[in-house]
Formats: sequence, C-alpha cells, structure tokens
Amino acid sequence: MNNKIKRILPQLLTILFVVFVFGFFTINAQVNMDNRGIDFGFGFLSQEASFDMQFTLLDYDGQDSYLWAYVVALLNTLLVSFLGIIFCTILGVVIGVARLSQNFLIKNSAAWYVEFFRNIPLLLQIFFWYYAALRALPLPENAQPWFGVTYMTIKGYYIPSMIWENLNVFLSCLIAAIVAIIFIRVYAKKIQEREGKQLPVLYISLALITILPLLSFLIGGVTLDFEMPVLKQLAQTSFIFEGGVALPPELIALVLALSLYTSTFVAECVRAGIQGISKGQKEAAASVGLTPNQILKLVIMPQALRIIIPPTTNQYLNLTKNSSLAAAIAYPDLVLVFAGTALMQTGKAIEIVGITMLTYLSISLAIAALMNWYNKRIEIKEK
Amino acid sequence: MNLSLNRIKSQNQMTNIYIGSALLILSILDVFLNSFFRINISGSLPGNLSIFFPLILGFLGLSYLRTEYSGYKFLDSLNKNINTTNFNAFLTLFITFAILKAFPPALSWMVLDANISGDTKDACTGTGACWTYIKVWFKRFMYGMYPNELHWRINSAFLLVIGLGFVGYFFKENLKKYLALYYVVIYPIIAFLIIYYLISGGSFGLVWVETGAWGGLSLTFIVSFFCLIFCFPLGMILALGRRSNLPAIRYISVGYIEFWRGVPLITVLFMSSVMFPMFLPQDFFMDKLVRVIIAITLFEAAYCAEVIRGGLQALPRGQYDAAKSLGMGYWKMHIFVILPQALKLVIPGIANTFLALVKDTPLIFVVGLAEIAGMLALAKTNPKWLGFAMEGYIFAAIIFWIICYAMSKYSYNLEEKYKTER
Repeated sequence: MNNKIKRILPQLLTILFVVFVFGFFTINAQVNMDNRGIDFGFGFLSQEASFDMQFTLLDYDGQDSYLWAYVVALLNTLLVSFLGIIFCTILGVVIGVARLSQNFLIKNSAAWYVEFFRNIPLLLQIFFWYYAALRALPLPENAQPWFGVTYMTIKGYYIPSMIWENLNVFLSCLIAAIVAIIFIRVYAKKIQEREGKQLPVLYISLALITILPLLSFLIGGVTLDFEMPVLKQLAQTSFIFEGGVALPPELIALVLALSLYTSTFVAECVRAGIQGISKGQKEAAASVGLTPNQILKLVIMPQALRIIIPPTTNQYLNLTKNSSLAAAIAYPDLVLVFAGTALMQTGKAIEIVGITMLTYLSISLAIAALMNWYNKRIEIKEK
Repeated sequence: MNLSLNRIKSQNQMTNIYIGSALLILSILDVFLNSFFRINISGSLPGNLSIFFPLILGFLGLSYLRTEYSGYKFLDSLNKNINTTNFNAFLTLFITFAILKAFPPALSWMVLDANISGDTKDACTGTGACWTYIKVWFKRFMYGMYPNELHWRINSAFLLVIGLGFVGYFFKENLKKYLALYYVVIYPIIAFLIIYYLISGGSFGLVWVETGAWGGLSLTFIVSFFCLIFCFPLGMILALGRRSNLPAIRYISVGYIEFWRGVPLITVLFMSSVMFPMFLPQDFFMDKLVRVIIAITLFEAAYCAEVIRGGLQALPRGQYDAAKSLGMGYWKMHIFVILPQALKLVIPGIANTFLALVKDTPLIFVVGLAEIAGMLALAKTNPKWLGFAMEGYIFAAIIFWIICYAMSKYSYNLEEKYKTER
C-alpha cells in the first residue's frame, strides 16, 4: 500500500502541476483576449493576405489567402534548407577527408577552416555575407559574366532559365531510369549472395541514367531552350537584368552562411566516422584480396556510414532550424512571412506562433522518426 | 593521376635535387613577386600559360625532389609531409599559392591602408579598413546605450561575479562537500543580486538604468550567464524525470525535451515577445529582457537535460545497485551517489552547451534587444557612419571567435582531463 502511494503520488502531483500551468495560461489568455476584443480561431487562414513576397517558388500575390502564403513561405524555408544541406554535405565531406590527409598543409588548412567557421555565431556570418560581402559586388551594368552566361551583381545572381517542351516525357524517362537502377541493384545483390559474382552496377546505372533521358530528346520530342538574362536600362542610371532566373542576395547570403557553418560540423562527423573504423578492417580486406576500390566500397564505407549518418542527420536538422535566421535579413521564409508579417496584420499571436512552432516541430519529429527507423535497419545484428 | 615522371629524372640524385629545388624556388618566387610587388616575371608567356606557369614549374620541381631517402633532414621531412604523391604535391602548391595570393590584399586592407586616427568619418581616407569607426563606437559595442559615466558598474559587477565563481577553488577540505550546493544554489542567487542591484541600480544611491539601455557585448554575457545557471538545475530535473520509472513523469519530461529541441530558438524568442504576454495575468508587467532570459532558459534546459542524461546513462548499473543495497531511497541515492559522479562526467558536455548558448545569444537582436549584433545594425545605419558594415562585422566576428575558440579549447582540455581520470 505504502509503495503504491509512493508511485502514484509524485505522478499525480506532476500531472496536477502541468494541468495547473496550462489552465493558468489558458484562463489568462482568455481574459486578455476578451479585453482586447480578439477571438481565438483559425478562420483568418482563408482571409486575403494582402502583402507581397519578394521571392517565391510558386505563384503568389497579395490576393491569395494566408494559408497559401504559409505554404509558399514554407517552401522558401525548405528551399534554403535543401540547398544548404547539399552544399554543406559536399563541403563537409571534402573538409572531413582533408583533415585525415597525410599532407601537413592540407590537414592544417582543413583544421583551421573548421575552427574558424564554427566559432563565429551563425547570425554574424549571415550578416557579414549579406551586409558586407555581397554589398561589395558590382552593379548590374558593371557586372562581368561568370561562365559566360551568369551574372553576379549586387541585386542577386542571374542565371539562365530553362524552357522545356514535353517536360513530363523527360521526367518519366528519368523516373523509369531510376526505377530500373533500383531493380538492377537488387538483382545484383541477389546474384552476389547466391553465386558470389559481382555485376558492374555502377557502370550500368550511369549508362541508364544518361541514355534514357537522352533518348527522350531524340525520340520523345523533348526540347530544352535557355532564356538568357539580358541587361535592360530602366532609367539613366538604373539598370536591371531581365529574363532568366534571379536568385536574390538574401538567398545567396543565407545558403552561403548556413552551408559554411554547418559544413564544419559535418566535417567533424565524417572525420569521426572514418577514424572510427579500425585499421585491421582495411588490412583484413586487403589480405582477402580485395582491390583498394572494393575495400572502400564494401568494407570501409558501409561501416563508416553507420557512424557518420546519425550525427550528420542531426546537423541537417539543425541547419533546417537555423534557416529560420532568414528573418533577420528579410528573406521571406516561414518565420519572417508568417510569424512576422502575418502576425503583425492579424494580431493572432497564439495561433500563428503555435502553427510556426508546430511546423518546425513536425519536420524535426519526422526526420527523427526516419532516423530511428534507419538506425534500426543498419544496426549490426549480433548473435 | 598515374603520371610517371620518373623517366625524365636523372640517375644522379644530387642533380635531381638541384633541378627540383631551382624549379620550386623559381615558381614560389614568381607568385611571391607577383602578389607582393606586382612584378610578373612570367608575363612574357602567351595567354593563360602565365597563370599556370608557377603551378607547372612547382609541380615539376616537387616531382624532381621526390625521393625515398636523401639524407637531408629538411628535404626528407618535406617529402614525407607535403610531397608524397603527385596529387599531394599539386594540392600543396595550390594551398601555398592561394595563401601567398590572398595575404597581401588582406594585409593591406586590414593594416597598411587602414586608418585608426581621428574621431569622424573624414579621418578615413585610405582604401583600407576604417578602424576609426570601431574606435569611436567601441564603448557602444561593449556596453550598449548604458550611460558612459556608469560603465564602472557593469565592469565591477562582472569582476565580482567572476571572482565569486572562483571562490569554489579556495574551499577548505571540510567545506568541499558544500561545493555543489554553493554552485547550484547560492552562487546564482548572489550573482543575480549583484547584477540586479549594481547594473540595474535603483537603490543604495545608484541611478536606475532600465534594461532597454543595456546592450552590446555585456548583454551577451549577462544573458548567457543567467541562462546557464538557470537552465542547469532545470535540465537536471528533466534528465532525472526522463530516466524515472514513473510513466507520467517520464512522458511529461520526454514531451518537454522533444518539444523544445524540435523548434528553432528564433520562434521561441518570438513566442516570448508576442505570445507570452498574453499568457500572463492582466496588469502584470514583465520586462522584455526577463522574458527573453526565461525563454532561452526553457529552451536550453532541454539540451542540458540530454547532456546530463548522457552522464546518467554512462554510470555503471552497479552504482545504482550498490546505493540501493545500502538502503538509500531515490533522492538519497541520487544526491549522494549518482549525481556527483554523473555531473563530473558531463562537465565537457555542459561546456559545449554553454558554447552553443553564447553563439545563440546574438539572436536576441531579432526581438529588439541591442546586443552586439543589434548595436552593429544601429551603428551601420547611423547617417554619420554609413558604409562601414564590413569593419563592424569583422570586429564582432573576431571578438566572438576569440571567446568561442578559447571556450572550445577549454572544454576540449576538460574532456581530456576527465577521460584519463576514469
């Protein structure tokens, strides 16, 4: 009996405490909202947003609803995160491998790169790129082309846009190629397990993914045109580029800062992963007669990836959360558009901050769940 | 890159070394003269060749120098460290040349062409950095809008707080058992009182300075200090809660930790500034700085809890069993056996959390507190000082870099120290 009380009482008290805190907040919020004449509800989502966004992936204008503004802003956030993740992975892997180089200079440059970029607050880095570095770029009329067709100016990066005809044929060819590659991989694995033979999966995959889309150009009637950015004079001293795609400086600064900052953490994960594989593994594989490429592919990488991937996913998650710093340089991401402008206009503080937090929370939880599933799958199954 | 340059090598090792070093020195000299004195000795070569000339020369030079054993100490260490393969030699040259190329412009911008004299923008005549700007605004970057004649109050408060932090080192042997009590309970209270009465003022004949005037780097320190000392006990409770075998407590702790770890700090700050006032009773006013500190504390406590949980999990089960077999209850066991050992394990982790916290504090700029990033934004838009954003951000970056680098090295040392002790 005594034991039961000991178990139940603390739990009861905790639950009561939580209920009390929530109840206290709810009652206060009710009273405050009554006094200010605000009502609680999500009806505002269907109202006209009536503000503009500078950079959108989907069509959006001021007449669309708040809900649509939310979707568009969320896509902007995801775009920054996606670009940041790609660049930080490439940089991080290169730096992480460089830190293990035998070359004294390379090893130390990589180490200093990591020490340098990870010890400066991300917000300052974003500000540096946006307010200091990118402001030093030339005006559109003075810009020199990069790679012949792209222009880096103070107003953003102008690149040619692609104009597709029969894009869906091309895409379906691409998807067909990917599906075929997956099938071949599975088949190759089966063959290897049954007969010990190795198929040249990499070459077959490369051939498939180049030949099938190329065929769609030749037979499927797919055409691809580029629209070049062209300098246009608006007034005596005002020039602008027209045509093509314009990447705003906010996006560039954000992606640069996020990927440079996060790449240092990814580099450390990669280094730890490769260092975590004991030398014996490599030597054992070599003594069985595997070639260096096979050792890397079949022995080192599968084990190193098991160590690298979980902390790296954590860093991707951090990058996604850090992309909310976009609000500080006015890139129209979820926080700026929704928790900033929309909140200012509607005054629905609780609903909007709640939705914003829940969005990030669900992204985090989804990735965490995926990660747990992946970890379970690649776990070393000990007997 | 399976380029075999052995064929062009002479049989005589000495000849190889002479040719190699001559080529290497020539290539480095070319880049050096080019970047430091603007003399281009390879300028007569046609087109792009003059750009790649030093790279090709240096590459050939290094491949001539590459031998198994030469007997010269310097050459051997060179071969071993930076010249093992063709690929390595290429990367070595690339990095050396990049440093040589980048050094002169950076040096002339930061030092040679820079200005530091004078008090106005007109003093900056050079093409380099304008450190006058930093000099004039230095006090603002450090203390924010805090009145100039009262800066001694911030300084002495910090000195006192830091000094009290070191008191623990001088505890006598019989007082050692109160060390944790001192750091977890007494020290935070004293520090709070010092900062409240000295920096805020309002009593003891000190003028009241409202928190809106606080700012600059000192605000960064105040916010991160308070968040650390408050989030630590909260994190400890949450970590214990997550390890508890009472389901309600465990699920509530897990929910709390996962919630705060899943949202970005910036939305938490937004919450503290726009949503939190709605949750408080009417006519109850809470200062913005206090709200921000509470928000960051709640946020950081979740991370702290995960670090402490790591320490709790690292303890062998035997410790729990031994404590239980002595008849200790839950609290006795944790206070006297588990936590002292676990907390010692997590000191490096806590140091890392604190480092992340310091790096996060510039974010409070977003809700309108003029921390160093906020002061920079203010100074940058001052009509008298337009156009010096670069200097400002480089200055702030250097300050933060020094602080964070020192802290990361310190936490690394702690890690090494506690690793060997176990």
